[in-house]
Amino acid sequence: MSPHFVLEVKNLKKVYSGVIAVDGISFSVRPNEIVGLLGPNGAGKTTTINMILGILEPSAGSVHVGGKSVSKERTEALLLTNFAAVYAQVPGNMTVVQNLYIFGLIYGVKNLHARIDELLLDLELVRFKDTKCGVLSSGEQTRVGIAKAMLNSPNLLLLDEPTASLDPSTARTIRKKIKDYVTRGSGGALWTSHNMSEVEDVCDRVLFLSRGKILLEGNPKTLPREHGKENLEELFITVAREPLSLEIG
Amino acid sequence: MNAKRIYSIFVRQFYLVRDNPTRLVVIFFWGILEVVLWGFITRYLNNIVASGPNFVSVFLGAVLLWDFLTRVLQGVTTAFFEDVWSRNFLNIFASPLKVSEYISGLVCVSIVTSLMSILVILVLAVFFFGFSFAAYGVSVFLFLLVLFFFGIALGIFAVGFVLRFGPASEWLIWPIPGLLAPFVGVFYPIATLPHWMQVIAYVLPPSYVFEGARTVLSGGAISNSIAIFSVLLSMLYIFLAYVFFLLVYRKAVRTGLLARYSAENAS
Repeated sequence: MSPHFVLEVKNLKKVYSGVIAVDGISFSVRPNEIVGLLGPNGAGKTTTINMILGILEPSAGSVHVGGKSVSKERTEALLLTNFAAVYAQVPGNMTVVQNLYIFGLIYGVKNLHARIDELLLDLELVRFKDTKCGVLSSGEQTRVGIAKAMLNSPNLLLLDEPTASLDPSTARTIRKKIKDYVTRGSGGALWTSHNMSEVEDVCDRVLFLSRGKILLEGNPKTLPREHGKENLEELFITVAREPLSLEIG
Repeated sequence: MNAKRIYSIFVRQFYLVRDNPTRLVVIFFWGILEVVLWGFITRYLNNIVASGPNFVSVFLGAVLLWDFLTRVLQGVTTAFFEDVWSRNFLNIFASPLKVSEYISGLVCVSIVTSLMSILVILVLAVFFFGFSFAAYGVSVFLFLLVLFFFGIALGIFAVGFVLRFGPASEWLIWPIPGLLAPFVGVFYPIATLPHWMQVIAYVLPPSYVFEGARTVLSGGAISNSIAIFSVLLSMLYIFLAYVFFLLVYRKAVRTGLLARYSAENAS
C-alpha cells in the first residue's frame, strides 16, 4: 500500500443481512488534505467511518492507514488514527485532564503531560481542566473530544460532524485549528458535516455518498457549477432527492 | 501486550473510585454486611451447641471465601460496566487497545479491589468474631488461588455475555454468585446434594475449595492431585471464558453491534 496516502480505502463493502450499506467504494486521503465525506442520512458515511476505525468488519475490500492494514495490523493502524464524533463523547464522570491522560496512555503519547497542557491551552480548556466532562456545556465537551482526537497528532483525523454543537464563533475557531493542524503537520483528515458552507471552507476535496456509493467527487468550490448547481447545498439536496440525475456512467 | 495501555484501564477505575466515595464503599459494603450477619449467627450457634465444630471457622470462613470470589467477579464486571454506563465503547474499541490488554486491565482492577475487600472483612472477622484463616493452614492459599482464577473466569464470561446481549443483560450478572452457591457446597457437603447437582458441583472449581476447607477443619488434608486438578480446572475456565469473549467480540465487530452498542442488542 502506498505510504503517500494517510488513508487508502479500496473496494470497501458492507452488507447487513442482504442490505448493502456501503457498496465497493474506493478513495484516499493525502497528507495535508481535508476530504469531506458528504451524503444524506443513511448514505453510508458512519458505516464507512466505523470500518476505518476497525469497529466494523467490512464484507469486502481493505482500509490502510499510513500503509498499515486496519484488519491485519489493527493496533499499528489505529495508533496513527484518532477521531471525534458527536456520538462518542469522552466519559462524563471524569475530569478533562483525567480523560486526556487515559486516552494519552492508550494512544502511546510521548511527553503526555506537556502534550495535554499544550492542547488545553490551544483549545481554551485550561479553566475546565479539573472539571468533570459531564457538567461541561455541549460545546466545551466537543472541544474536549477534539483535544482527545488530536492527542496523538494522528496521521488520519476522522471528524464526524465535529462542529455540530458549537456556536458559529467557536465553530470557526475550531475549524481554523483543525485546518492549521492538517496544513502544518503531515496528517490528513476525513470530515463529515451537514453544514455545506463549513465543508466549502475547510475541505480540499469532497466525496458525495448516496446509497452506499460514491456519486460525485471533486473540489467543493467548483463541483456545484460543474453539475449546474448554484452552491454545495443545492448539490447536496439533489444528491439526497434525485441521485439518479447525477449518476455517472 | 502494552503495559501502558493495560495501566490506562486500571487508572481509569482508580480515578473513579478515588473521586467517588460511593464506589469505594461498595467495594467493602456487602462483605462487611455478610461478616457481621454471619459473625453473630456463628457466635450464637457456638453458644447453643456445646460440642461440635467451631461454627466461626466453618461458616464465617466459608462466607469470607465466597465473598472473595464474588468480589473478584464484580471487580472485573464493574470495571466493564463503567464503560457501558458512560457509553465509552466507541472510544475504547476504536483505539489501539487490544482485547487482551482491555481484559488484562479489568483483571488488574479486580486484583486490587478484591484484595482491598478481603483485607477489610478479614480484619473485621478476626477482631470482632475471633476468626482465623490459620485454621485452614497453608491450604488457604490454594483456596484463594482457585477462587481467584474462577472469579476471573466468571468475570470475563459475564463481560462477554453483556457485550453479546446488551446493557440490560447486566441484571443477569449480579445474581451469578447466588446461582452457583447451592451447587458448590459453600455451607454443606456436596454429598448432601441430589445426584444431578453433584455432577454439576464436580465441574465447578469452588466445590473443591469448600470440600477441601471442611476436610482441613476436620483434621484431614487435601490430596495433591485434588489441589492440582482444582487449579488447572479453574485455569481452564479462564481460557474458555476468554475464548467466549473473543468470539462475542468478533461477532460484534462483524455485525456492527460494537458500533451501536448503546442501542441495545443489535444482532
